[in-house]
Amino acid sequence: MGTAGKPSLAVWKFASCDGCQLTLLNCEDELLSIAGAVTIAYFPEATRAVVEGPYDVSLVEGSVTTPHDAERIQQIRAMSGTLVTIGACATAGGIQALRNLGDVREFRSVVYAHPEYVETLDRSTPIAAHVSVDHELRGCPIDKRQLLELLAALLAGRKPRIPTYSVCIECKERGNVCVAVADGTPCLGPVTQAGCGALCPSFARGCYGCFGPQDSANLPSMTRRLRAQGMSEPQVIRLYRTFNTGAEAFRAESQRVVSGSTAGTATAEEVST
Amino acid sequence: MTHTMKDGGQVLQVGMLARVEGEGGMHIEIRDGVVETVRLEIFEPPRFYEAFLRGRAHTEPPDITARICGICPVAYQTAACWAIEAACGVEVPPHVLALRRLLYCGEWIESHALHMFLLHAPDFLGYDGAVEMAADHPGAVELGLRLKKVGNELMSLVGGRAIHPVNVRVGGFYRLPTRSELGRIVPDLERARDDALAAIRLVAEFDFPEFTQPYPYLALRAERGYAIESGTPVTTSGLTFPVSDFTRHITEHHVAHSNALQATLDGEIYVVGPLARYTLGFDRLSPTCQEAARAAGLEESCRNPFRSIIVRGVELLYAVEEALRIIDEWVDGRVAFVDVPPRAGEGCGASEAPRGTIFHRYVLDGSGLITDAQIVPPTSQNQASIEADLRAAAQAWIDLDDHELTHRCEQAIRNYDPCISCATHFLDLQVDRS
Repeated sequence: MGTAGKPSLAVWKFASCDGCQLTLLNCEDELLSIAGAVTIAYFPEATRAVVEGPYDVSLVEGSVTTPHDAERIQQIRAMSGTLVTIGACATAGGIQALRNLGDVREFRSVVYAHPEYVETLDRSTPIAAHVSVDHELRGCPIDKRQLLELLAALLAGRKPRIPTYSVCIECKERGNVCVAVADGTPCLGPVTQAGCGALCPSFARGCYGCFGPQDSANLPSMTRRLRAQGMSEPQVIRLYRTFNTGAEAFRAESQRVVSGSTAGTATAEEVST
Repeated sequence: MTHTMKDGGQVLQVGMLARVEGEGGMHIEIRDGVVETVRLEIFEPPRFYEAFLRGRAHTEPPDITARICGICPVAYQTAACWAIEAACGVEVPPHVLALRRLLYCGEWIESHALHMFLLHAPDFLGYDGAVEMAADHPGAVELGLRLKKVGNELMSLVGGRAIHPVNVRVGGFYRLPTRSELGRIVPDLERARDDALAAIRLVAEFDFPEFTQPYPYLALRAERGYAIESGTPVTTSGLTFPVSDFTRHITEHHVAHSNALQATLDGEIYVVGPLARYTLGFDRLSPTCQEAARAAGLEESCRNPFRSIIVRGVELLYAVEEALRIIDEWVDGRVAFVDVPPRAGEGCGASEAPRGTIFHRYVLDGSGLITDAQIVPPTSQNQASIEADLRAAAQAWIDLDDHELTHRCEQAIRNYDPCISCATHFLDLQVDRS
């Protein structure tokens, strides 16, 4: 526990852009209330002060890309009560997980030309590949409302209400006209987890999957739809292989398209094997 | 943390620098009263953006490079758009340029308010961070948060969200805001104008150590107005060159203690950022900004990086005024974007990130796939001058006790608002161990 019986909060960074932890500082109206309800025990982006662990809640941003970080996450897990991964890097390896694909030849040759110089692993992996994770917030970046809901739930000792339905539901909630149906715009909304508030369709743009795959998505059907809307196979592959390239459903579907099995009528079961 | 070496030397070491974006440390060795070694240590793990941009489509850099930095994504998106449009030989219409500038004003307001009040001011007022500072100075912290919020709201209004906006595309925007949508934020911006003036007055009262930076400054200069979203590089040493020539003048080097490249300008240390922009563009500021700067004790040139917090305040005020102007002049009913058909070629782009000039260069093949990408962010360019400042600061204040000296040195780094996540992204590993 932190001082005065308040729960302690620590914020940790791995390979990432800082955007997800910045979301906490972007809670301008709530920041001082949060600071009143918890002890901010470790948050280098915000304060020099450090309170020794253990910590009641750890927010972890970023993916594991170095041997040192692979050890550091174990130590953080050991001194954290509740561990929450925040954002696409922490939950799926981030865009830097593009290194995990064997076909980034120039990247690999550059890395291995000087392996002694920059300490890096050949894969970028999510936090859950290393330690157990209690909750996750998706997104590139995470959504401020979801972060506040999570913190409020943890403080109240209840389960956070983080929807796992698709972006399509949020479009309906907002009253958006469907960009895929009305304009023929390729949109990953049907297979992407909600959380952003259907931002891209609200800006006349197709969803590009920031929040990663929704848990019961039919990816082969999505691929057929994208192809019918005029996207080439390389375009479809790149769309899956962006900010959540390491998320299993996107990884597997992009691999299936690469191996050329899209002509058939693959089912979700086939893809998951 | 400080300790004494066996030979009597002294080491000041900060393992994790606080209140900077990204992960870095500081290492200073002092022997016989002389600062011998100074290192800004950047151990933020590399993410290799320039590698995985290869093979991506020419439409993708605005979204992809935004993810280099959560604090200044618009700087990346904008420079990427200019570079790709240059490679494809496309010019965007003036209203697209105006909207880029408006979105960018939001980023300046948000980033400058964040740095001034949450990251930098605690150094001057003697607190570990803004939350601790709020207990004694609630008005100052609330002022900073209010300004920051307006910046974020402007970005959300134009870009969809404050971090990694979704509305930016090569050639323009997916959807233009309407005049009535933009009008909703005008009252908040009008209040922000007063808040910005109050912010400048507040930080002008801080105690600033005497310190003079001798290095050349580099900033963009626009055809009119103070450079934000575009311009031509100029320096205080009289150099000017087209953005497309930046690789001829700016060279990146790799040093052993840093996962970021250090850049030099024609072989010399140089500085980008608010002080450079202010010194090279004072004449382009509005009369209100110039007056506020003078009232805050600034001259037309500023070479004391500790005073950068005032300059950020002046730029914040300018960004608020510009946002109000652009909204006032906004007209509905225009195209959101122009087509940017791909072609083989090379293109460069630059913009003024809150912490300094950022350069992008892309080479495209005939189908628009990227074959080469180069990104030179501001913190890479400032890394050598940060270390030079550190050395000078440590030497100047060597009689302070270790705790005070360490803090003063940390402050010398924070003067730059360094973004370590940005600086660590490179592909080319040129080992220089000599």
